[in-house]
Amino acid sequence: MLSIIRALWDVFLHAFRKRVTIQYPEQKAYLAARYRGRIILSRDPEGEERCVACYLCAVACPVDCIALQATEDPTGRRYPEFFRINFSRCIFCGYCEEACPTYAIQLTPDVEMGEYNRQNMVYEKEHLLIDGPGKYPDYNFWRVAGVKIGGKDKGEAEREAPPTDLRSLLP
Amino acid sequence: MISPYPAITLIVVLIGALTIAGGLVWAERRLLALWQDRYGPNRVGPFGLMQTLADMIKLFFKEDWIPPFADKWVFIMAPAIVMFTVLMSFVVVPFAPGMIISDLNIAVLFFLAMSSLGVYSTVLAGWASDNKYALLGGMRAAAQMLSYEVFMGLSLMGTVLLAGSFDLVDIVNAQRHMWFVVPQFLGFVLFMIAGIAETRRLPFDLPESESELVAGYHSEYSGMKFGMFFVGEYIGILLISSMITVLFFGGWQGPVLPGIVWYFIKTFFFLGFFILLRAALPRPRFDQLMSWGWKLMLPLALANLLVTGAVKLAFFS
Repeated sequence: MLSIIRALWDVFLHAFRKRVTIQYPEQKAYLAARYRGRIILSRDPEGEERCVACYLCAVACPVDCIALQATEDPTGRRYPEFFRINFSRCIFCGYCEEACPTYAIQLTPDVEMGEYNRQNMVYEKEHLLIDGPGKYPDYNFWRVAGVKIGGKDKGEAEREAPPTDLRSLLP
Repeated sequence: MISPYPAITLIVVLIGALTIAGGLVWAERRLLALWQDRYGPNRVGPFGLMQTLADMIKLFFKEDWIPPFADKWVFIMAPAIVMFTVLMSFVVVPFAPGMIISDLNIAVLFFLAMSSLGVYSTVLAGWASDNKYALLGGMRAAAQMLSYEVFMGLSLMGTVLLAGSFDLVDIVNAQRHMWFVVPQFLGFVLFMIAGIAETRRLPFDLPESESELVAGYHSEYSGMKFGMFFVGEYIGILLISSMITVLFFGGWQGPVLPGIVWYFIKTFFFLGFFILLRAALPRPRFDQLMSWGWKLMLPLALANLLVTGAVKLAFFS
């Protein structure tokens, strides 16, 4: 009996507590920098696309919401011909970001993506690409990879020795 | 004293009761939210006041479905009975001097009779639905409401003895010098508990108990038929709060302010208390509910009646 009265009193005292509700449209919840929200494609510090169209994100995606087609520019640099994410399927698991070898695909703390038309949930490359490098400002895949592209020959990457001239080893 | 304009009073009471019941739905949600550190509905209109109106419009446009296996006419009658009995009880409630629809000399008995009839709505709803959960809910409602009916009547007999009348106006007038809650505190507590059980409110909402019985006796109801049960429940709370005010807290009696204002202040206090009970207390087991009713509340009510009668006979006769 006393416990019932005590419970009533304790609950009544909650009337003077601060309310925990965040009044959403006017008041936004804090989303951490590593929050898994809207997916973007970033660019390297030189302003070029980071994505090398390796398909690893599309393979890692558990709901198959990523579609892309690889192609190469005249200098041998790979990039996606198209890159499409269907956000009405995406579950924001972040596996694509984990799989990405070039830090190109990244998840951002933005969740306000509601649409009236389902087709508008399909984002093409021009919707996904941002102008900056995202979470990794200094990383440039092509400057550390030992692959030859236009303007950078083999052995010219950072922390890379020039390739051994096999002919010099001949007896 | 009979109201000079009973028809006007009737319309005012009818509209007032339904409006307050609608407002209560909003008030309950806001108060529950307050006690759970939330806001509750605060978007539709100022402070969310239009929420009930929006819900009602939505309910009206819902499909009013009668299950093909249900007993059709009983199924339709059941929600009407709950509204009918609860609204009929308001006939005898004295809101202010002269503001009463019908000043019956057996008002307390009339109130008890109407609340007994109210049992039919839940039982018939549970029976007519032809659904095991609804039937279980209806059976629980029958057992619970009949058990608590017994000592609800007995707990009131103390006040009737003190006032020497079954007439609610006489009972209010008899409380001019002292509210009956002071000599009849036990009766007040018992009546309150019985009132919660009668209106099937938490913590005694076992006929509904959504965690076990889907929605109990109104599982199969949709649209405005469900709305009738819903509104009936809230008018029931309003009625029980009114009766507590009238029987134990001096009705319209109070200094300075006009009678109707005092009546509303007291009634709303108990409405708030009903909602606090819902916010704070868990639901008992059904066997606990029954054993409290018969083994604790009924003997207490009898003892209260016995002592009140003895004191009355020894000192005031």
